[in-house]
Amino acid sequence: MSMVEPGVAAVDLTVDGIAVQVNAGETILDACSRAGIDTPTLCYGETVTPVNACRVCVVEVEGSGPLVPSCSRGAEAGMVVSTRTGRVDRSRRMVLELLASSVDLEWADDALRGWIERYGADTRRFPHGETATVAQDPKIHDNLYVRDYSRCILCYKCVEACGEDAQNTFAIAVSGRGFAAQISTEFDTRLDESACVYCGNCIAVCPTGALTGLIEFDLRTAGDWRPEEQTSTQTVCSYCGVGCNLELHVQDQRIVKVTSPMDHDVTLGNLCVKGRFGWQYLGNEIGRKR
Amino acid sequence: MDLKIGPDEATDAERQAVDDLIGAHGGATIANGERLVLGGVRRAAERRHLLLPGLHALQRSRGFISAGGLNHLCESLGVPPADAYGVASFYDLFSVEEAPDTVVRVCDDIACRINGHDAIEAALGDAGLADTSRLDSPCLGLCDFGGAAVVQRVGTDLRGVRVVAGPAEPVIESHLPSGPRLLRRIVGSDVASLDAYLDAGGYRALRSAVELGADAVIDAVSAAGLRGRGGAAFPTGVKWRAVADQTGPTKHVIANADESEPGTFKDRVLMENDPFALVEALTVAGLATGSTNGWIYVRGEYPVAVDRLRAAIAEARAADLLGTDVLGAGIVFDIDLRVGAGAYICGEETALFNSIEGFRGEPRQKPPFPTTHGLFGQPTAINNVETLVNVLDIVTDGVEVYRELGTADSPGTRLFCLSGAVARPGLYEHPMGVTLRQVLGAAGGLVDRREMRATLLGGAAGVFVDATSLDVPLTFEDTRAAGITLGSGVVMAFDETHDLRDTAARIAEFFRHESCGQCVPCRVGTQRQHELLAHTFGSGSFDAELFDDLAAVMKDASICGLGHTAASAIGSAVRLGLLT
Ligand SMILES: Cc1cc2nc3c(=O)[nH]c(=O)nc-3n(C[C@H](O)[C@H](O)[C@H](O)COP(=O)(O)O)c2cc1C
Ligand code: SF4
Ligand code: SF4
Ligand code: SF4
Ligand code: FES
Ligand code: FES
Repeated sequence: MSMVEPGVAAVDLTVDGIAVQVNAGETILDACSRAGIDTPTLCYGETVTPVNACRVCVVEVEGSGPLVPSCSRGAEAGMVVSTRTGRVDRSRRMVLELLASSVDLEWADDALRGWIERYGADTRRFPHGETATVAQDPKIHDNLYVRDYSRCILCYKCVEACGEDAQNTFAIAVSGRGFAAQISTEFDTRLDESACVYCGNCIAVCPTGALTGLIEFDLRTAGDWRPEEQTSTQTVCSYCGVGCNLELHVQDQRIVKVTSPMDHDVTLGNLCVKGRFGWQYLGNEIGRKR
Repeated sequence: MDLKIGPDEATDAERQAVDDLIGAHGGATIANGERLVLGGVRRAAERRHLLLPGLHALQRSRGFISAGGLNHLCESLGVPPADAYGVASFYDLFSVEEAPDTVVRVCDDIACRINGHDAIEAALGDAGLADTSRLDSPCLGLCDFGGAAVVQRVGTDLRGVRVVAGPAEPVIESHLPSGPRLLRRIVGSDVASLDAYLDAGGYRALRSAVELGADAVIDAVSAAGLRGRGGAAFPTGVKWRAVADQTGPTKHVIANADESEPGTFKDRVLMENDPFALVEALTVAGLATGSTNGWIYVRGEYPVAVDRLRAAIAEARAADLLGTDVLGAGIVFDIDLRVGAGAYICGEETALFNSIEGFRGEPRQKPPFPTTHGLFGQPTAINNVETLVNVLDIVTDGVEVYRELGTADSPGTRLFCLSGAVARPGLYEHPMGVTLRQVLGAAGGLVDRREMRATLLGGAAGVFVDATSLDVPLTFEDTRAAGITLGSGVVMAFDETHDLRDTAARIAEFFRHESCGQCVPCRVGTQRQHELLAHTFGSGSFDAELFDDLAAVMKDASICGLGHTAASAIGSAVRLGLLT
């Protein structure tokens, strides 16, 4: 395939027997895409530093003992990569089964549910009653957004988005250890008392619906969230002169969510509180709730 | 980044504790230039590496880490409070909730639970600690005693309690034809002072190393066939050469003294009884690799080792054996001692880097490897304590003498940590290639001449073997061929009277508790493994297929060695039929 950029060194490898050429610096995941192979990913995001934590993207690389996370391992010349072996299938299936056994995935994006089907993951493999989950009450501290960590798969994307990758606010981090690890502010303090500036950039990257705007949360809880009926309108944010692209998601003639395209060269999907939530409470202070 | 710090204020004592610590560290630089930098200048300015010592200072000052105390530390170091809280809540020895002034952590891990809590409780009563608050602890590295606890009390350093609850007083013995090697200064003598160490031949190795030069030292280590004693058996010479070949101005050598593998206590015995040996050996490593920065990372539950190493470093510095002109030979090398805070995972090399740097002890994906991207992203050679101490003999006595013991592929000697049902628990030095039968025999066999039912080799990350393995030569190559492991030198014996299902469940609990939580296969897998075992023993049904799938995903898809080995010992017990 000849999609490599001119002037950048090319790397040749094979994926499932297909010869692939990628630019130096690209990953095995990139190579898989070029070979037309769809790879499941959960913690990988175009706009955040890979933390390679979910392990659903693992592949077999000849000569390597354990499987290798395709999202973060650089492609190397001569690598022989396999994505359809028994070991790969079993690990991907088990990762999905383990997540489904501990996390509420009901609001997760369609892709995740597609992979559960593809790998034949049995979401009820671990018996109920004897199986610890991360179930807990949602944190609703204001009228802008909700953190429901019973839906959190600990992909670290929100932490990266709040930290060095986008917001530089560092309001949230992973706390605790092992199965008790959780996204948290310091001492689990309320968000409106933390460093959070309500940019909502963490919401934009969350793949499971653990982080949502309050309006979306209420609609989803009521069973009234109907993405197939929603229309989306592009506009440019008028609060300041930066020129952020906004996508207004409208359901029943009401704005229910604002996003920015991940590939927009100004925002990379990120906004500030005014763009993300300004339509909701024009000029108002962030309200406290509960 | 603008820090937003909450309204909680530190007490005067907390403020003082933090300010004293930061003051004592000054600019945190040594003469030849900047050190302690992660990811460039900005991180250096943050002095984030002082976070872990700062958290220790807060914990000591008030018995827990308060919001006000953490705020002051964060302001002083420029670390966001949410991040610092994430670090504080990672470690067992830190409490982020108000806690009693005295907390006693009693080992309930696999060796000690054989003897029960009675002896240690009696000792705690005698020490006036009868009514203090208790917490269960994973292995405290005192398995040779058979009963152990550590005491955390406001205002003082952590203190250890050792009680002979096992079959006998621990022994320290070398069983070599030619007299002790790694234990040469320990068996029957006292080398806690620099003078005594020098009288016992101390610092001959460093002098020889200076004469030989860095290249020749690495060649000798390679020719001696030295392989890592921390578990992975990687050739030390290859590692040192890789770091020596890096041209960056700042390189590091680290002694990994986190020793938290259940059943392991060899490094504790070395550090407590022969602290200068580690200081000297690390200096040789620094010279060989061209590193000016040495670090010793000791687990927090080893207060005696911490004290003795701290004293040894100070004495060595005063005698120009560390500093800007070591041995008057113009060598720049110094050592910083860092103390862990209760996290087995911080013994994994890349987690250890993160821990020193002031981040959560989460392992990093490899590659890149430490030899190019180690501590603060700089070239780093990290070695186990026992590995490093081997270097002294290699350099002083030469490769030929070193190779007189052991086999061609596994030269030298090995420290074995004997515990459990052996008649004389303790630390034993044997030539590589000794058999398990001989190792158990040297320890007097089993208590009351009982039959060995199973022996755990290599700790929780190792494997159980039964009597069919008694004659396997304990070398790297023979154990690998037999599908077993020497790991960190653990030899823990069990007889017919022991309930190995209880042992297996405790091992599962160990991994569940120690998983850093970063990757799904291990975070959820170790949890499910523990549930599976606990549930199985209640109902008598064991879902072997589910266990195999769990074992496979942890081994195949986890980030680090903790997940890779979390089902190893339990799987071996299942295969040997020990859990029925
Ligand atoms: C979970 C885990 C814990 C470890 N703990 C230790 C330890 O306490 N001490 C140690 O020397 N190595 C430990 N290791 C191995 C280190 O990662 C590393 O391989 C070792 O320090 C290298 O030194 P060596 O080559 O001298 O053995 C651990 C590894 C893992 C995966
Ligand atoms: S809304 Fe913005 S500042 Fe607040 S936690 Fe999310 S990313 Fe961080
Ligand atoms: S809240 Fe969402 S983005 Fe954050 S770690 Fe959990 S699943 Fe990932
Ligand atoms: S294998 Fe376990 S300890 Fe290692 S990174 Fe993954 S969760 Fe952490
Ligand atoms: S997507 Fe690669 S590890 Fe999560
Ligand atoms: S100290 Fe108790 S098991 Fe090691």
